[in-house]
Amino acid sequence: MIAPMRPLLKAFLPAVAGALALAVWFAAHFLLEEEMRFLLPSPAAVLQALLDHREPLARATLNTSQGALLGFGLAVVVSVGLAVVLSWSPIVRTSLYPYLMALQMTPLPVLAPICVIWVGAGLKSVALLTFVIAFFPLVVNTTQGLISTDRHLVELFGLYRARPWQQLLLLRAPAALPYFFTGLRIAATIAPIGAVVADMNAGSSAGDGGGLGFQAVIYASQAKYPALFATAATTCMLGFVLNAAVLGLAWLALHHWHDSYERSDK
Amino acid sequence: MPPPPLVEFREVAKRFGDGPPVLERISFAAQPGDFLALIGPSGCGKSTLLRLLAGLSPLTAGAIAVDGRTPADAAAELAFVFQEPTLLPWLNVAHNVELPQRLRGVAPADRAATRRRVLELVRLGDRAAAYPRQLSGGQKMRVSLARALALAPRLLLLDEPFGALDEMTREHLNEELLAIRALAAWTAFFVTHSVAEAVFLSNRILVLATGPGRLHTEIAVPLPYPRTSDTRLSRDYHDLVAHVSRVLRSVEDSAPPPR
Repeated sequence: MIAPMRPLLKAFLPAVAGALALAVWFAAHFLLEEEMRFLLPSPAAVLQALLDHREPLARATLNTSQGALLGFGLAVVVSVGLAVVLSWSPIVRTSLYPYLMALQMTPLPVLAPICVIWVGAGLKSVALLTFVIAFFPLVVNTTQGLISTDRHLVELFGLYRARPWQQLLLLRAPAALPYFFTGLRIAATIAPIGAVVADMNAGSSAGDGGGLGFQAVIYASQAKYPALFATAATTCMLGFVLNAAVLGLAWLALHHWHDSYERSDK
Repeated sequence: MPPPPLVEFREVAKRFGDGPPVLERISFAAQPGDFLALIGPSGCGKSTLLRLLAGLSPLTAGAIAVDGRTPADAAAELAFVFQEPTLLPWLNVAHNVELPQRLRGVAPADRAATRRRVLELVRLGDRAAAYPRQLSGGQKMRVSLARALALAPRLLLLDEPFGALDEMTREHLNEELLAIRALAAWTAFFVTHSVAEAVFLSNRILVLATGPGRLHTEIAVPLPYPRTSDTRLSRDYHDLVAHVSRVLRSVEDSAPPPR
């Protein structure tokens, strides 16, 4: 565990690091030869592009968020259910693990056309592909959590003649929460990335106008580089927000008892 | 005629798989109200004996009767205090203490009443809302004890419950344990490494020997209850501690070399 830090310092340090990074970026932009500066637009130009293109970017963000959240939500529900089954039966676990890994190892751009054939380009495909990428860390971590229960506590429940469902709900599930949240944080990090890549490969501009991946492709083809950087920043923000939400949930569920959080009364 | 025994071991033997026997030909009986201490060298099977009695592990041969039934059928009569506090870290003290009754479907109001009573007994009435990580080692063991008492057991099995605590805390908890027992006379089986603890708590000490684990001697502890910190100052207490230590030493010296 890292040494306890004052909250103010905790907020201050990243702010300093961010300011330094911005300064380096500015400096790098102006150190480039004048005709090469288009390769690295200045932070000011990117901010300007963000304002100029706020409408298409906002729409694209909304579309990508929908796909990311749908896929992410579906991954949570399915992986928790599957993790319960996998933790229950070593036979099922051994039988299915190689295929779960195989699914994770198939690159999204290869899966994308298959998805498009099945459910059509657009939101459904983006959600489905996000599901595929977010699913693996969730199911692996949650399963590991469900089978890692302290054996003394399992014995205690045995002594009290707890029924299997009581053992699952009152012991194994809460004990697995820290593992689940580890999986959830990884999933929250890769879900927006998955959604953007999926959007590039299986998105659709019909009706809803496409997501951030689609928007990036358009700006790149039009050589609107500041807008391209603005799209990257927006994607980044989306992942950041989802991560912050998961961190908040984890804090709510764990801070009062788990060792990864500082004790407030010490 | 003496009252029927609450616990009876008849020619009990235990081995794990194809391994060497851990316990062999264990026979004894415990009367209601007995406080039995089990001591012996490491590996003599005293913890295993307790686990057999709790029904946590099956017998290889022989029989154990608790109130005339098998340990599994008598599960409602007994409670177990482990070496570790084994508290659920995500539940506060109150919910930890209520857990056994919750698992048995006792109504919340009744659970809460029991919990308040047993937490008062272990002098933790004001820590009901605390989480285990906010407690000291001694306090955690108290919660563990309160949880066992919440079941109002007739038979309490304690497997070196205070072994990890410092000497002072251990002595205090021993005194409290006897004070609580004076209020509700459960029969106790107490595994320990400490001769002093065994003498202070029990009326009978079973000394086990190793290779394989078997009953070596039984030593009566005729010190009168209630026992208090003053008991430790008495001549009789010191003589008994010396005697039991000598017996234990002779058992250890005669043990075959460790495998």
